[in-house]
Amino acid sequence: MSEQTIQSPRSEGRLARIRDSDLLYSFRRAPIAIVSAVVALVLIIASAGAPWLAPHNPMDLASLSLLDSMKPPVPLPDSDWSNPFGTDNQGRDVLSAIMYGARISLIVGFLAVGFAVVVGVAVGLAAGYVGGFVDSLLMRIADIQLTFPAILTALLVDGVIGAALPGTLHTSLQLYVLIFAIGISLWPGFARTIRGSTLVERNKDYVMAARVIGLSPARVMLTHVLPNVIGPVLVIGTLALGNAILAEATLSFLGVGLPPTEPSLGTLIRIGNDFLFSGEWWVTIYPGVVLVLMVLSINLLGDWLRDALNPRLR
Amino acid sequence: MLAFIISRILQAIPVMLVVGFLAYALFAFVGDPVSIMLGQDHTEAQRQALIHQLGLDQPFFIQYAKFMLAALHGNFGISFRLAQPVASLIAERLPATLELAFTASVLATLMGIPLGVYTGIYRNSPLARLLMVVSLIGVSLPVFLLGILLILIFSVALGWLPSFGRGPVTHIGTWWTTGFTSWAGIKALILPGVTLGLFQMTLIMRLVRAEMLEVLRTDYIKFARARGLSNRTINFGHALKNTLVPVITIIGLQLGGIIAFALVTETVFQWPGMGLLLVQSVAVADIPVMGAYLMLIALVFVAINLIVDLLYYAVDPRLRIDRRTATGAR
Amino acid sequence: MTALLSVRDLTVEFPTRRGLLRAIDRVSFDIEAGEILGVVGESGAGKSLTGAAIIGLLEPPGRIAGGEILLDGSRIDNLPYEAMRQIRGRRIGTIFQDPLTTLNPLYSIGHQLVETMQTHLKMSDADARRRAIGWLEEVGIPAAAQRIDAYPHEFSGGMRQRVVVALALCAEPRLVIADEPTTALDVSVQAQIITLLKRLARDHGTSVMLVTHDMGVIAETADRVAVMYAGRVVEIGPVVEVIKHPAHPYTEGLMGSIPSLEHRVERLRQIDGAMPRLNAIPPGCAFNPRCPQVFDRCRVERPDLLDAGVTRAACWLHTGRAATRAERATHA
Repeated sequence: MSEQTIQSPRSEGRLARIRDSDLLYSFRRAPIAIVSAVVALVLIIASAGAPWLAPHNPMDLASLSLLDSMKPPVPLPDSDWSNPFGTDNQGRDVLSAIMYGARISLIVGFLAVGFAVVVGVAVGLAAGYVGGFVDSLLMRIADIQLTFPAILTALLVDGVIGAALPGTLHTSLQLYVLIFAIGISLWPGFARTIRGSTLVERNKDYVMAARVIGLSPARVMLTHVLPNVIGPVLVIGTLALGNAILAEATLSFLGVGLPPTEPSLGTLIRIGNDFLFSGEWWVTIYPGVVLVLMVLSINLLGDWLRDALNPRLR
Repeated sequence: MLAFIISRILQAIPVMLVVGFLAYALFAFVGDPVSIMLGQDHTEAQRQALIHQLGLDQPFFIQYAKFMLAALHGNFGISFRLAQPVASLIAERLPATLELAFTASVLATLMGIPLGVYTGIYRNSPLARLLMVVSLIGVSLPVFLLGILLILIFSVALGWLPSFGRGPVTHIGTWWTTGFTSWAGIKALILPGVTLGLFQMTLIMRLVRAEMLEVLRTDYIKFARARGLSNRTINFGHALKNTLVPVITIIGLQLGGIIAFALVTETVFQWPGMGLLLVQSVAVADIPVMGAYLMLIALVFVAINLIVDLLYYAVDPRLRIDRRTATGAR
Repeated sequence: MTALLSVRDLTVEFPTRRGLLRAIDRVSFDIEAGEILGVVGESGAGKSLTGAAIIGLLEPPGRIAGGEILLDGSRIDNLPYEAMRQIRGRRIGTIFQDPLTTLNPLYSIGHQLVETMQTHLKMSDADARRRAIGWLEEVGIPAAAQRIDAYPHEFSGGMRQRVVVALALCAEPRLVIADEPTTALDVSVQAQIITLLKRLARDHGTSVMLVTHDMGVIAETADRVAVMYAGRVVEIGPVVEVIKHPAHPYTEGLMGSIPSLEHRVERLRQIDGAMPRLNAIPPGCAFNPRCPQVFDRCRVERPDLLDAGVTRAACWLHTGRAATRAERATHA
């Protein structure tokens, strides 16, 4: 009997396979995904490179001059191109402040989500794999935490740690406290999903086979189960990133996030809020717009990613 | 049914105890109430006297027990910042938050569900696509920014609506105050209500739509089509009913989100509610208020969970199986 | 005599990004009034899709790309949605495979029966309810009058499938498409459902298109059988003939691979290879890579259903015979 390959022709090589993949195909076809990816990329580069790319350094108090204060943005009278977005009451350039602020917002967002992923995946794997009492206990904790909205959890954790630390230590560690607080508020989502997938995988034959060979439970979890359950984390993580950035902005706006010495976009919006009624809207609105663009493009990417990876919608 | 309720209440008790424990741990280990209350200069004798007076020299679990007992009686101690009993502070602020949350929820649900159903059924129509885009922006827009924008447009630019405060209120009963009784009070409620509600509405709409799309793909809908049932019956009879079951529970749980985001809205609009109180307390580490807030919120969430479970029970016949005796089914 | 259902050269395609997939390729068969036609084949051969195409419920992007479907002589494949909706249930009923997911869990079975009947037949609520109880009794649900208000989850799988049968028949269609009606059930329950189906079809004069991969069910139930492979009909004829004297090598392979209670064998016979994927169907006869009797013509030219005595088979082994399908049709 002749061996007739009844398979569709496959390109050779990894790069070719990625090029041919369904994911990339879906991406090229969806203009929204492309646009939002471009926007996100621009924002990330602009903010990551703020120390080198920003026209001014808003942190450097020596370079500020009160003569420059309260300049309006470009199209309006009394403005000039050295401060295209205007300046605030201390003469800081709004554009530069936004770039530095976006940088911090992104750093907090990524690290918080990273923290949540590590904790959440670890807990989820352990709960799903070990089962029994450990599972019940861990999931109970996650459930209780899930009944509270993330922002509230973050606020309380932030508040408690803030109260526990003496003043000076508090401000210098605020960045890390914030990352920790937001990360803590996000881990249950990851844990629940990973646990669910782990429960399903645990009963499959390949896991049984690995255990029969005598591999330790940790080894089985990490090398066999983990690669198979990690998929949805990408989608959840992208959406969680958007939430984390919003959470940080909200906390900073409320005054319990990043201080004005190291302002994030939320802090900038709070500072600018005071000037709304006197008509100097640019100090608040420009950071606001950038914040929305950032979160929107991340959410769009996450939405597209979820649809593209969902086998049932293909 | 009764057994169900009782078992849920019993389950809630350990949760409350744990939360109470956490709240009390805040008191015990974080911050130094004595220094805060006495100010910077105080003698050791004054310190010891106050410690004894506050009962801080007793073993931890006795303090915890006393705290819980006092809490049961509605006594949460004295606020560090304002030197008033926490309970009365909360009583003052609670109606404001509740009225705001109520307005926002009603808005969110009344608009969110129909919009979600529409975009689920007619998913490719231009209006549906537009709504999805708008909703995506809604989810990406932080609540405080929306509030600021609304203030900018409706208060600063147009001058139609007030931008802060609650307006005139009237007292009802022993402690409730309401803003609904005057036109000015209602006007004050509009901007904060819309701000808070818009976010929820977006979430509800997306949720209902997602659920609707899922349901429309099921086998029983396929079978309904194969039986030649009209689109109306399929969409609004079968699909809608099945969509609403999980949606009801999510909406109930969303109430939690409303209460949480109320804090942001209250900050933006200087609305004198519980949220503003909490934010001010967190900023100065006013532990008694934080602890009381924690317990109150836990109670509210536990109650909401219970109500949602009951609703689920009432709506989904599969959970009522013990009521009927299955005759000759097997 | 015009057949009740006539499928002619039906082609169903799925445009995908890797090209156009033909899931059903020029399939033709007739179903006469009152007869049970079995449609048998492996998973993926296109049996269920044929049923879906007939009632106009192909999932997009699938679409009918050619051919005609005639019900009582008039075309139904090109009807607008509303006209097709009125046919579904009323003139063609459907039974699906999984009774656990086919019934809406939030409505009582009585409600679902009544709404189906009232959609297609004019009757009062009281009448509809009476008829619903009657149907439940006919399909063998005990204590029907009490159980009519019960919910689907209160019934076992076998009972639920009986309800599904009742739902398929309650608007009194002349044709029922049963798509794997017993696959999800226990063996003992399978027999009950099959017996029920046979009896009801006979009592009400309903034709049945019975789609399944289980030859045993076909042998028990069908009058004629169509064997499908890779989206094509490869053999069609009276059940007894096809089973005892298969004219197509694929059918022969199928029959041969069924374990027999009478003879002991060392190894079960199987057909080498596997049914080709839709995007890799070989030219000529789709079965040619696996056929033990293949010759050159098979690899080049695709055979239509040719006369093979009592049955018809799409195989070049039967060229010597008198008429092709096209000629037959003109005689009909």
